[in-house]
Amino acid sequence: MSNKPEKLIDKKGLRLDGRKADELRSLKLEVGILPNADGSAYIEHGKNKILVGVYGPREMHPKHLSQNDRMVIRTRYHMAPFSVQERKSPAPSRREVELSKVIRESLEPSVFNDLYPRTGIDVFIEVLQADGGTRCASITAASLAIADAGIPMRDLVVACAAGKVEDQIVLDLMDEEDKLGVADVPVAYMPSLNAVTLLQMDGILSPEEMEKAVTMAIEGCKKIYAKQQEVLKTKYQLVKEGVEE
Amino acid sequence: MSSLITRVRRIQIAQTIEKGTRLDGRGLLDTREIKLEQGIIQKAEGSARVFLGKTQVLVGVKIETGEPFPDTPNEGVQTVNAELVPLAASTFEPGPPDENSIELARIVDRGIRESHAIDTAKLVIEAGKKVFVVFIDVYVLNHDGNLIDAAALAAVAALKNTKMPNYEVKDGELKIKTGYTPLPLKSTPITVTVVKVNDKLLIDPWVEEEQIAEARISLAVNEDGNICAIQKGGNGYFTPQQIVEASKIARDKATELRKKLDW
Repeated sequence: MSNKPEKLIDKKGLRLDGRKADELRSLKLEVGILPNADGSAYIEHGKNKILVGVYGPREMHPKHLSQNDRMVIRTRYHMAPFSVQERKSPAPSRREVELSKVIRESLEPSVFNDLYPRTGIDVFIEVLQADGGTRCASITAASLAIADAGIPMRDLVVACAAGKVEDQIVLDLMDEEDKLGVADVPVAYMPSLNAVTLLQMDGILSPEEMEKAVTMAIEGCKKIYAKQQEVLKTKYQLVKEGVEE
Repeated sequence: MSSLITRVRRIQIAQTIEKGTRLDGRGLLDTREIKLEQGIIQKAEGSARVFLGKTQVLVGVKIETGEPFPDTPNEGVQTVNAELVPLAASTFEPGPPDENSIELARIVDRGIRESHAIDTAKLVIEAGKKVFVVFIDVYVLNHDGNLIDAAALAAVAALKNTKMPNYEVKDGELKIKTGYTPLPLKSTPITVTVVKVNDKLLIDPWVEEEQIAEARISLAVNEDGNICAIQKGGNGYFTPQQIVEASKIARDKATELRKKLDW
């Protein structure tokens, strides 16, 4: 990755992959694709390819981690060694530990976890290919997988990033923009509740730019949300047809 | 990161906050007393201890030589580690760092890194081969809430206190000379955490308030009033309006503290 592009945004205002400032990358969502898992989802967001499997609600192991009044959510965000340019060691890095935590906290408010006391669910996220914005794509897919597992939810959680590239606020940063850009602001959101469940930022932004980036990311989230709902509906439509036959 | 809190205590704290005050008499946007000591560990190149009420965090800075990262051959290296030392709270246990200490270290790291606080270009001995590595070790000595703000403050205070040994390079060999120069710094970020309890925003929670808080958001603010890092945490959420509000609170409080510390 030594050939650095000279300009991340050209004179026409188009980005390296030809997108406009407020345009999302291509998106493909699937649910219920892992036979063994209670719920599963797959996302292709740009070049990101991420698989999520959910197990549970089931008894917690070790038992002392269970809570008397609620279901515990455990999340493991993990990158495959071949998912990035330089092989990543399969041992969990500090980054992966932190992301597992913030992803779990972004999903937590969406689940009625008081309905299943003393149990737990495991959300396993495997990044098969990474291209910037994996935490956001992971959240979008993880929330679908939880819904696919049939766990009652207040809303789906959907995530998308915005950021500053050169002097512009743009939506949905890809790898080069993330690495060479000025700032990155990943946001997770529950549209029906107007609730931001994950917000991080690195880089330098003025307060106005930060607000603009959050607003833009939320708009991106709403677009992805429509696709999330669609893929779930399609799945249940197929189930319904299967039952009727 | 927390021990149990009784339901009656929970209600008591929440109801007081609901009225716009707190059990220790503070207003929602008042900080506890802040005390700052620098240079208390002589063997470290830099050190600082911050008291935030009963919260106590010590940061030591060590400087060693090492290799630069392949993608940044012309920059020194910064690394932050945090230890939730078992003597600091009944809930801390010895062992490898858990997700709480890793998150704490990474929030402190991001505030310093993204504000370009350390002038890493000046830490190069031989480009691509040898650079200075700045080790920032956060040591929590007593946990009474708001470790993020205390640790971030102590880390920057320790960096401001850090002295680099004078050196010269002869035939690729590093020679330490007598005397010291201050570590080259370009910025002094201040991190302010805002927590949400029953839809009310407040700052500098002590440990019990932290336990009933639904969510927190930490913002690192530089001297220009710009934001250089954000981290939301906790199992709850913020509305977009609350984020704007929290950002304003954090910037105001950072300015206030900057004036007080004369940074």
